[in-house]
Amino acid sequence: MGSLVTTVLVVSGLGALLALLLYLVAKKFKVVEDPRIDQVEKMLPGANCGGCGFAGCRGMSEALVARDDISSLYCPVGGGECMKQIASYLGKAAAEREPMVAVVRCAGSCENRPKTNRFDGASSCLVASSLYAGDTGCSFGCLGLGDCVAKCDFDALHINPATGLPEVDEEKCTACGACTKACPKHIIELRKKAPKERKIYVSCVNKDKGAVARKACKVACIGCGKCAKVCPFEAITVENNLAYIDYAKCKMCRKCVVECPTGAIVEFGFPPRKVAEVEPQTAKTE
Amino acid sequence: MMKTFPIGGIHPSDCKKYSKDSAIEQFPIPASVTIPLSQHIGAPAVATVAKGDKVLVGQVIATAGGFVSSNIHSSVSGTVTAVDDRPDAQGNMKPAITIAVEGDEWLEGIERDGAQKSLGSLTAEEIVAKVKEMGIVGMGGATFPTHVKLSIPNGKKAECLIINAVECEPYLTADYRVMLERGEDLLAGAQLLATAIGVDKIYIGIENNKPDAIKYLQALAKSQTNVRIVPLKMRYPQGGEKQLIAAVTGREVPSGGLPIDVGAVVQNVGTALAVYEAVVFNKPLIERVVTVTGSTLASPKNLLVRVGTPMSALIEYCGGMEGVGKVGAGGPMMGRAVSNIDAPVTKGTSGVLLIPTEDALRQTEGSCIRCAKCVEACPMGLEPYLLSTLTQRGDYEELEAHYIADCIECGCCTFSCPSYLPLLDWVRIGKAEVMKRMRERAAAKK
Repeated sequence: MGSLVTTVLVVSGLGALLALLLYLVAKKFKVVEDPRIDQVEKMLPGANCGGCGFAGCRGMSEALVARDDISSLYCPVGGGECMKQIASYLGKAAAEREPMVAVVRCAGSCENRPKTNRFDGASSCLVASSLYAGDTGCSFGCLGLGDCVAKCDFDALHINPATGLPEVDEEKCTACGACTKACPKHIIELRKKAPKERKIYVSCVNKDKGAVARKACKVACIGCGKCAKVCPFEAITVENNLAYIDYAKCKMCRKCVVECPTGAIVEFGFPPRKVAEVEPQTAKTE
Repeated sequence: MMKTFPIGGIHPSDCKKYSKDSAIEQFPIPASVTIPLSQHIGAPAVATVAKGDKVLVGQVIATAGGFVSSNIHSSVSGTVTAVDDRPDAQGNMKPAITIAVEGDEWLEGIERDGAQKSLGSLTAEEIVAKVKEMGIVGMGGATFPTHVKLSIPNGKKAECLIINAVECEPYLTADYRVMLERGEDLLAGAQLLATAIGVDKIYIGIENNKPDAIKYLQALAKSQTNVRIVPLKMRYPQGGEKQLIAAVTGREVPSGGLPIDVGAVVQNVGTALAVYEAVVFNKPLIERVVTVTGSTLASPKNLLVRVGTPMSALIEYCGGMEGVGKVGAGGPMMGRAVSNIDAPVTKGTSGVLLIPTEDALRQTEGSCIRCAKCVEACPMGLEPYLLSTLTQRGDYEELEAHYIADCIECGCCTFSCPSYLPLLDWVRIGKAEVMKRMRERAAAKK
């Protein structure tokens, strides 16, 4: 009996002692964390994609709570709605940005851009681009090995087996920008999202001289500058034999699409044209 | 027991039989040459000629763009037709000078009779200056500017010169032919290099698959007491600088260190010959011996080719592209696949290798079975399977901790993998990224 009592006493004594120790340690090393961080994290989409520039949603919420001015912070996945909600919770001014979408600026399908050789190394655009210019005459275009597809956390990118090029699912794309960083050729760009999934852009990044570019690919931009001349909004610039449409200035009048001799400027989501000559129309953007 | 390096290595079939018995042949001067401005490691050279300029053979057409850079000389006489971007062997656009050939007029002062000359009494500085002026770079393939290697950094001391006559790459026989045909000049070049770095001991490392070269050089070197021919047991990558030092001297270059840290300077056979010609004949590096070989070729050859000649011309000369599935510049182990065969021969092109269609493609890649064959094969004692996985994961800190920067990219890992994993493809990516980070860190510290 005596030994039982001793055991109980010793064990409960130890328990009490250690509890006290734990209490003191917890008191001494207590990390005071703003409870709002947890709340903000809950409001964020929780995709942990890194599109905001932080490693994950936790990092973003810490920054949102800590900084007074949060206009430079933006979650592309949650978008404006999410940012507004968080801003009103924190009593700060929300950043407002236009919704964006990833766009693949290469139309060098097998048909347009004949293969000149075959790559046989590790199946990765990064590896291929470190070894050589590519399996076609174009050293700027898509390598088609799918680094962007592998990096997409939202299942929004897929290689189209018919063309060998990645295609963006606009419904799923959150414009986190992971694909733009994964592409070693810098083909993918985030552009302003227009209603009805309408898009006009130069689907080429080839900076070679016109003749060289055209020889390598039927739909290459040859830098002729016709589009820049016809654009009524000065949205198009031609640099290094390559046209670029500034999406902030473009009003989607589609004049350049008609003018482009190689078909490097592409349009998506528009109703079919009635006549060859398109009347200047200023499509409503927002 | 014949000497060799201590760890790793593989034993591929040497395949030198195709071209080893064909004597070096002067390749005819083409109608036009394209001379790239970046034929060496380091800053690209800066063009000093413009379109329309007349140039002579041996005239400087681009000057070094920094200390680690090299002069470039015209390999032909004629008119400059363009100074612009041209696709290199991998299809990337790189700045180059294109010259339309007219005749073969050499710059005055270059001696062309080729007669043996006494070396005279040149000082180290004079030799290094000459090497720099004549645009000599390492001709084994790495194309590191030779004058940089010969400029021993303060506080370091060279103890021996090692001439790399290993030619461990299968197929290549350019160095082998130089040893047999230009043995005396080669030894004279080695003596000049030894004077330049202020050492007395010269070792010439040759693998035992070239017994006649060993015998011939041994006979020649009898009168030169400071030269020792070191026969080495055949094993790839014995021609790697660090492996050769270990094989010949038994010393190990520390991780992240240079050969000079163990008192060694290594120079290739082709480089030694080029140095001899530069110092004695005033001849810049404008031509080199290129092995054009492969089992499909009618007549594989060792050709003395002017820099800037298109590779396609060499292939045509030796039998054409029939049955060829892949072209490589350099040997099969460390050479790079060529996607544009019209690209020019450069200072570093040791060979043009034609691989038949049936051997051109790699096998289908499987999964790692953890057999550790790559670990066993790695001559630097690294773990290639791990480095490859970590690279795919993007864990660069861990990669650095596993000494990825020590990789010499010899390809033993990929060669030995029974699952045909593209190990080196990945390791190279990881190494490039880690080296970039290390350089940035070093720059930030300054």
